[in-house]
Amino acid sequence: MPDAHEGKPVGRAVFLTTVAAGVTSLLWGRGVWSRVSSAISPVESLVPLVPTGGWRIYTVSGSMPRFDPATWRLEVGGAVGRPAALDIHELRALPRVDQVSTFHCVTGWTVKNVRWGGVRIADVLAHVQPQPGATALRFVSAEEPYDDYLTMEQAALPDVLLAYEMDGKPLPREHGAPLRLVIPDMYGYKNVKWLKRIEVVPKEGTGYWEGYGYDQDAWVGHSNGYGT
Amino acid sequence: MTRYVRRFSRTERTLHWANALGFFVLLASGLVLYLPSLSVLVGRRPLVKDVHFWSGIGWVSLLAAIAVLGDRRGLVRTARDVDRFGSDDVRFLLGRRPAPQGRFNAGQKLNTVLTAAFTLLFFVSGMLLWLGERDTRFRLAGTVILHDGLMYVSLLLLVGHLYLAVIHPATRHALRGITLGTVDAEWAARHHAKWTPE
Ligand code: HEM
Ligand code: HEM
Repeated sequence: MPDAHEGKPVGRAVFLTTVAAGVTSLLWGRGVWSRVSSAISPVESLVPLVPTGGWRIYTVSGSMPRFDPATWRLEVGGAVGRPAALDIHELRALPRVDQVSTFHCVTGWTVKNVRWGGVRIADVLAHVQPQPGATALRFVSAEEPYDDYLTMEQAALPDVLLAYEMDGKPLPREHGAPLRLVIPDMYGYKNVKWLKRIEVVPKEGTGYWEGYGYDQDAWVGHSNGYGT
Repeated sequence: MTRYVRRFSRTERTLHWANALGFFVLLASGLVLYLPSLSVLVGRRPLVKDVHFWSGIGWVSLLAAIAVLGDRRGLVRTARDVDRFGSDDVRFLLGRRPAPQGRFNAGQKLNTVLTAAFTLLFFVSGMLLWLGERDTRFRLAGTVILHDGLMYVSLLLLVGHLYLAVIHPATRHALRGITLGTVDAEWAARHHAKWTPE
């Protein structure tokens, strides 16, 4: 019988190296991945590197809201002179904006170069005459009990919009059809999907994820434990 | 008449199938969380997340329990086999022949070592994902990428593993060993010349 201790302890070396590489990748993995994906991103739009296009579909409840164009309205109310309810055609009749921006999720994934089409919040608010003292907006999702807040200044950032189109098509159901908030400088949880109501409020309250300890100001790279 | 020799103990077979079962449950629930088309089809994300996380905890606990309650000495002996690589193992990996192999060939040893390392890393990154949702101190930029990367690499290994275990004519006799425990003595001598079954 051959000596059971013949040879070198390669197995444990491979094991320890793999574990060490994996654990340290928690720190370097993201940087390497984003460099690799930008190096091939011209090709990636033709042949996606991963089968998902990079998106994950996050929901907080048991079922996803379904959009019915006949009954759906965007209600705009709260501290306003003249509450309004816009259907999808009225919304699409407002001045259209197009932009390309990057979407960052707080869990660590990113989708680059998303093409959004939609309207500015200011053009929607113009219908309702917000009261002067109001400092914030509440965005309410049809997916209960999801909601979140932005200050008036944040909502007025030049690349914030209410999107009804994504990558040249009507916003898909899983991305919040028919309307979602897009604020590229903040993590995904602020980009409320399935919008059904915008309220003008005196000051910011506690949104869905903020209730679980997430930051009120969700700046990409400077909140929720990152970059601090 | 065919003579059979014992290849895998009951503990080893239980461990293998508990591991495989857990892996497939985690893979299926993980893909529902990961692939948009499946997420939309299945819905109920909070439920799927709970199923995935608690299956992960159950998986790791079950493997530990089998190892502790089963034939520990035998497992230690197997681990020692898997650890040692001789010059024939290097020849085997380089595709040189002849390269007589022991109880496990060099490819199987690597597969075992990597599977063990990946299980630990799945557990660590999965715990961090779960804790990070609850406390930002556990949130690291690379966690999702590690967890996803492990899935891709494990899938590659698994495809090779399943091909050799159920399709490739020369090796698929091994299925008998991992299910019933015994294999044809002649087959064992051909594939594992340096192995002396007990
Ligand atoms: C002890 C083992 C494991 C634990 C504790 C664990 C835990 C987790 C947790 C907490 C998440 C995050 C869910 C979310 O918030 O969206 C997750 C995601 C995921 N897990 Fe696991 N997991 C384990 C093993 C596995 C295994 C073995 C696989 C596949 C073979 C797997 C595949 C996935 C996938 C694909 C995702 C989605 C990641 C993404 O969104 O990019 N997991 N896991
Ligand atoms: C239906 C699914 C599976 C089948 C049919 C199968 C079959 C087998 C067979 C026949 C062996 C024994 C090889 C020998 O004689 O040495 C084996 C060993 C092994 N299996 Fe599996 N297996 C399955 C799933 C898995 C999964 C999911 C994993 C891990 C994620 C895994 C990991 C291993 C490892 C590490 C070994 C020992 C080393 C090796 O033979 O490569 N197996 N399996």
